[in-house]
Amino acid sequence: MKKTFKLLSVCLISVMALTACGGDAAENNASSTGSNVIRMSGSTSMEKFANTLKETYLADTGIEIDCQFTGSGAGIQAVTDGTVDIGNSSRALSDEEKAAGIAENIVALDGIGIITDKANTVDNITKEDLAKIYTGEIKNWNELGGSNSAIVVIGREAGSGTRGAFEEILGIEDKCVYAQEINSTGAVMAKVASTPGAIGYVSLDVIDDTVNCVKIDGITANADNIKNGSYALQRPFVMATKGSISEQKQEVQDLFSYIKSDKGQEIIANVGLVSAE
Amino acid sequence: MEKVLPILKRISKSSSSDRSIMSGKGYVSFMEQLMECVFTLCGLSAVAAVAAITIYMIISGTPAIFKVGITEMLFGTVWAPTAAEPSFGIAYIVLTSIIGTVMSIVIGVPIGLMTAVFMSEMAEKRTAAIVKPAVELLAGIPSIVYGLLGLLIINPAMGRIEKILFSNSENHVMNGGANLISAVLVLSIMILPTVINVSETSLRAVPLSVRQASLALGATKIQTIFRVTIPAAKSGIITAVVLGVGRAVGEAMAIVLVSGNTVNIPLPFNSVRFLTTGIVSEMGYASGLHRETLFTIGLVLFVFIMIINIVINFILEGGDKNE
Repeated sequence: MKKTFKLLSVCLISVMALTACGGDAAENNASSTGSNVIRMSGSTSMEKFANTLKETYLADTGIEIDCQFTGSGAGIQAVTDGTVDIGNSSRALSDEEKAAGIAENIVALDGIGIITDKANTVDNITKEDLAKIYTGEIKNWNELGGSNSAIVVIGREAGSGTRGAFEEILGIEDKCVYAQEINSTGAVMAKVASTPGAIGYVSLDVIDDTVNCVKIDGITANADNIKNGSYALQRPFVMATKGSISEQKQEVQDLFSYIKSDKGQEIIANVGLVSAE
Repeated sequence: MEKVLPILKRISKSSSSDRSIMSGKGYVSFMEQLMECVFTLCGLSAVAAVAAITIYMIISGTPAIFKVGITEMLFGTVWAPTAAEPSFGIAYIVLTSIIGTVMSIVIGVPIGLMTAVFMSEMAEKRTAAIVKPAVELLAGIPSIVYGLLGLLIINPAMGRIEKILFSNSENHVMNGGANLISAVLVLSIMILPTVINVSETSLRAVPLSVRQASLALGATKIQTIFRVTIPAAKSGIITAVVLGVGRAVGEAMAIVLVSGNTVNIPLPFNSVRFLTTGIVSEMGYASGLHRETLFTIGLVLFVFIMIINIVINFILEGGDKNE
């Protein structure tokens, strides 16, 4: 009898402890039904930006943004169909898409810097040569006028936004032959700095003087050259709408003016992007 | 002594239900019961954690197996989770984990065993007083520190060797020394403390009389160590090896820094990816099926560890029977 009582009480306490953990799952689902919610869907590369925007916007205005990350193409399709208010795209819109009445609202620019170790003498690479380096066609720096040392191709892990952007801009998706895949920007910087003959790509904002930042087609990577469009390794972050911003519902218009405001620009700078303004 | 034990047991059993000798009041008995309940609960928490982890790993790891197909996943060699037509073959990753672990055992266990022999059989007290704390310190160093040392020392050295060996190679992808050997070297240093401590304990447990008998028969000290002491401590040493395997197979933070982390055939100078580092490096941004597949890799790793644990239990039981 005593044993049964003991076992029962043990069971009871553990069950209570377990149920206490599962309480809040049901509450989260109810959020996306309100009419003033802004629905947004699209580019996975813009996930960091979109989520930061969503959180800050909710904290500042109390208005929910419902974000889905389905890919640029799917995002534009969704805004064309009218199932979302904003379609996120990490590439410029095609003429067809624009003809369908979709407005290309560029909110920010994403720039990628190419870095090499300090001892490397090559300071300029063409876009074509860069693609060849990353697909394994060019294997030695002497083919590009540098010293006779092998190129150690360093990149990011699959799923990384920077990797996606880099491969997309150069048109070498899934063709890259990496020697090392590293899972953070800082670690790429450290690896490139410490490995002779290394080349890597990182967001522009993190580059410091531990590495060389290579010119692409003779253009230095900096915010000005990204804004005027001359630097090649960049892509726009588009928040596309059906029709111009002024035709949207008030909540969406407010969101765009929020992005243009100082607070919005701060978010853009914080996630490592260049302002489109 | 043996006659006293059952009596003691009887006393301790009865004291939980009867009144304590310390007090004549009933609440002591209640306190006894309550504490017993608390102890049972604490004991069960470990079981609950294992059960929860097992259930969670199976629930989150199996969907991807059915979506991708088990043969395609386990025997496929192309890992391209974010490609337009994604491919989730983890054969090279599994192979790397197996080969990397075996190689680090081959390097680490002889060194560890010899150190244990040195500490238990050869060393004078003063020397042992230096070696033992050093080994204990080795066990306490966080794995990321091993990784950093590998990054700063082993990788550049490997990079120089690679440059000499592969300067004219057409197919080799230069990786600056982040390769399988670097990871294996780091792993074999990391398993040393486990191997040393467990095998030293088992060597010390061999009765002195066994050694004395061997020496009295005219065997030299070295002969005694290899023919008598080590065989006598066999089951403990095997346990040490299996624990070392467990440590090596489950290590992630140290080798993610030194192994290069691209999916390749595990050849010595190739940049490779282990099961653990595969999860660590891609979990951050993975989504959808890619993420589910990472959980499946976790499940594979979990099965590995389970097998190792079953083996170790088997050995320990076998060892008990021998004694």
